[in-house]
Amino acid sequence: MIKVDNVSKHFGGVKAVDGVSFDVADQENLILLGTSGCGKTTTLKMINRLIEPTSGAIYIDGKNIMEQPPEALRRGIGYVLQNNGLFPHHTVAQNIAVVPNLLKWDKQKTEKRTAELMEKLHLDASYLDVYPNELSGGQQQRIGLARALVSDPPVLLMDEPFGALDNVTRSKIHAEFKALDELKRKTIIMVTHDVQEAFELGDRICLMDKGKIIQSGTPAQLLFNPVNDFVKDFLKHQRLQLEFKAIKLTDLWELLPELNKEAKASSFNAGSNLWETLESFKFNNGETVNISKDQNESKTVSFEQLMSAFYHYKNHQAHE
Amino acid sequence: MNEQQQTLWQFMQQQSGKLQEQTLQHIGLTFISLCIAVLVGLPLGIFIVRKKQLSGLVLGIAGVLQTIPSIALLGFMIPLLGIGPKPAIVALLLYALLPIIRNTYTGILGVDTAVKEAAVAMGMSKWQILFKVELPLAMPVIFAGIRTATVINVGVATLASLIAAGGLGEFIFGGISLNNTNMILAGAIPSALLAIIFDLLLSMVQKISFKKLKRVVYVFPVLLILLCLFYIVPAKSEGKLTAGFTPEFMGRQDGDLGLRSKYGLKIHTIVISDAVMYKAAFEKHLDVISGYSTDGRLKAYDLVVLDDDKHIFPPYYAAPIVRDDILKKFPDLEPTLNLLAGKINDSVMTVLNYRTDYLHQSPERVAKDFLVANKLWRAERGGSDGVVRIGSKIFGEQYILANIYSMLIKGYTDHDVSTKTGLGGTKICFDALTNNQIDFYPEYTGTGLLAILQASPKTVNEVTVNRDSTYNYVQRQFESKYQIKWLKPIGFNNAYALMMRQQQAKQLGIKTISNLKQFLDKK
Ligand SMILES: Nc1ncnc2c1ncn2[C@@H]1O[C@H](COP(=O)(O)OP(=O)(O)OP(=O)(O)O)[C@@H](O)[C@H]1O
Ligand SMILES: [Mg+2]
Repeated sequence: MIKVDNVSKHFGGVKAVDGVSFDVADQENLILLGTSGCGKTTTLKMINRLIEPTSGAIYIDGKNIMEQPPEALRRGIGYVLQNNGLFPHHTVAQNIAVVPNLLKWDKQKTEKRTAELMEKLHLDASYLDVYPNELSGGQQQRIGLARALVSDPPVLLMDEPFGALDNVTRSKIHAEFKALDELKRKTIIMVTHDVQEAFELGDRICLMDKGKIIQSGTPAQLLFNPVNDFVKDFLKHQRLQLEFKAIKLTDLWELLPELNKEAKASSFNAGSNLWETLESFKFNNGETVNISKDQNESKTVSFEQLMSAFYHYKNHQAHE
Repeated sequence: MNEQQQTLWQFMQQQSGKLQEQTLQHIGLTFISLCIAVLVGLPLGIFIVRKKQLSGLVLGIAGVLQTIPSIALLGFMIPLLGIGPKPAIVALLLYALLPIIRNTYTGILGVDTAVKEAAVAMGMSKWQILFKVELPLAMPVIFAGIRTATVINVGVATLASLIAAGGLGEFIFGGISLNNTNMILAGAIPSALLAIIFDLLLSMVQKISFKKLKRVVYVFPVLLILLCLFYIVPAKSEGKLTAGFTPEFMGRQDGDLGLRSKYGLKIHTIVISDAVMYKAAFEKHLDVISGYSTDGRLKAYDLVVLDDDKHIFPPYYAAPIVRDDILKKFPDLEPTLNLLAGKINDSVMTVLNYRTDYLHQSPERVAKDFLVANKLWRAERGGSDGVVRIGSKIFGEQYILANIYSMLIKGYTDHDVSTKTGLGGTKICFDALTNNQIDFYPEYTGTGLLAILQASPKTVNEVTVNRDSTYNYVQRQFESKYQIKWLKPIGFNNAYALMMRQQQAKQLGIKTISNLKQFLDKK
């Protein structure tokens, strides 16, 4: 879907981005992770030509982006900024309608789509005539997301979209983000410097340092097969939590006992990570959760069984 | 206080027609120039946002324009655009430009970069970003610039009257010249009120929320254009001669009023400042002007004085006036000062003024050259028999006379001399004389009669019929009232005069004011 091929950007003598290459598959969620100043934003902005690369090429759907008029390119890519960049002189409705107006949608279509998005993002319709400065940070961020999603672009670029939010609001939005069906269909590149966020939301992660990609792969690959000490050190902090987030229930499937009680308990898809699943336990006596895989298979497991599978999995990783 | 207010009120009522006309002209002038300044300044501000390397240059030029003194800027305009509304509007426009360009520039640059980036990222074109994002968000700052420009323009527009463009300045400057407080206030109060009202209205516009901004953006230009329509351009009559008179001349019995009543002169007249009047006549923007008969600019601009054949301008013959006690103390002073009697006629004085005012030669040099040429020059004796103190008013002609007298006293007597030149106006000079701070200074018969003696209109009428009757009257009165003696007149008469370009006067055969009237009536 998106191919970044040996792209560099130099600002005078500063090599902000230095020979970066990666691919993003269709509907994949790729995270650009790294410390401040490592070139994440610069890499992201080259994809919608807010910044022109010094060298290298970028392809979307096999087409070189440099060969398309920038305005047309950008109208097909949603963009969410760190500090939302909402137009302070427009109401919420007008803000969301900017791209539809550029695309010359009729009014009804825009209104219908806006209402749909407001509902999906849990925003009350009464906010439509309000100005952005009358909203909370979390609400503004959601409007920013609605604005980027309104024309249903296949690609979404997000630059630290949740950076300005407090922890409680952020984890709430993370949950909503993962649940939003609109986003599941999209190819997303998201920038963050928050490791937990990267592990929670990313299918794959590119860990960057000083303009270069140090390692790219799934969260589990980074965690269990770091290419060097930099990667190891970067993931050192709150490692157990990261491991829980990196490991999916599918990874543990073989290690879980064959048991299907269909008890009255919460259900998880095998694609969920271990962290979410463990978090759901309320620690009643004999409590279990249902895990379903590929529609027909399912297992019922307890907290202890999950932890035991995790222990075995880790042991196995260490000896590989 | 009460009486003062009442008379001001009466004056304004009495002149309400003129006041209304001037106020409307004032508003019109302010807003026409403001409109054009917005039309020029806004695009220019946008342009330098796009081409930042030019911003220093453009803002620099606009800044320099604003530091040019207003009256000088108006003066520069005359050779280019003549007199009247055109140069006034251009000058006002140039003053209004800086705040508008600067605020457009800083306003647009000040728009949150995240917002601009969002606009770009959503695929808006440059122009869409300008009109939908940058300009609306910069609007409060741009309005602040327009507000500043408006207040500046209301103030500077008072000067428009000096180049015949009308406005409340006509009252203000007329009032200053005529020392008429009510007239000054009748111009100054409305112009101050205009400034306050416009400032207030625009400050309200500036604070308006984005919700209402859209409506204001449409209403504002319409309002501006409506206000422009107030300016009824002073009609210029075709073919006939145009006169330019100073505000002071317009209001005086021995000025425009006398020209109308005694000569029946009807000429298309515009009000203009003394500072630019002579030049405007030279450049054929004006045909007849009111001036002083010994002004150096007569020669500089090749103008000729029309003979006042019905004697409406009181004679202003110059003569030294001396306290009696000094004449007793220094018996040889009177004959020495009288050496100059009758020696300088109008045209000689004009040349001497021309040399100091236009060629910028020092008064000493001009004085010495004159004495040498007239064989009156004698080397200093270096005497020390007491000191004679000479005073003079604060303009070129008086400096020259003070220098001539100083050289005569030093050359012909054994007294030393000290000079106190630049004693402001008549009142300061005369008070210095009566208070024994100076011993004599050159004064004019007309000034003695009108400013010092403050003779009644009836007396003025009686005694100004000719040169001698005026001189005799002031001499008698000064002697009995102040024990001050008018010595023999120097010869020239620095009175009000009508003047025209030499060439045009010759061509039309106009030598006297009566000739001028006949010429105007004929056509
Ligand atoms: N317009 C620019 N001009 C010059 N240098 C720039 C410019 N933009 C970025 N840089 C430099 O390039 C480097 C990478 O910047 P970038 O914004 O991509 O970092 P980042 O990874 O997004 O950091 P952060 O997490 O702080 O946002 C930095 O050293 C920065 O100083
Ligand atoms: Mg960044």
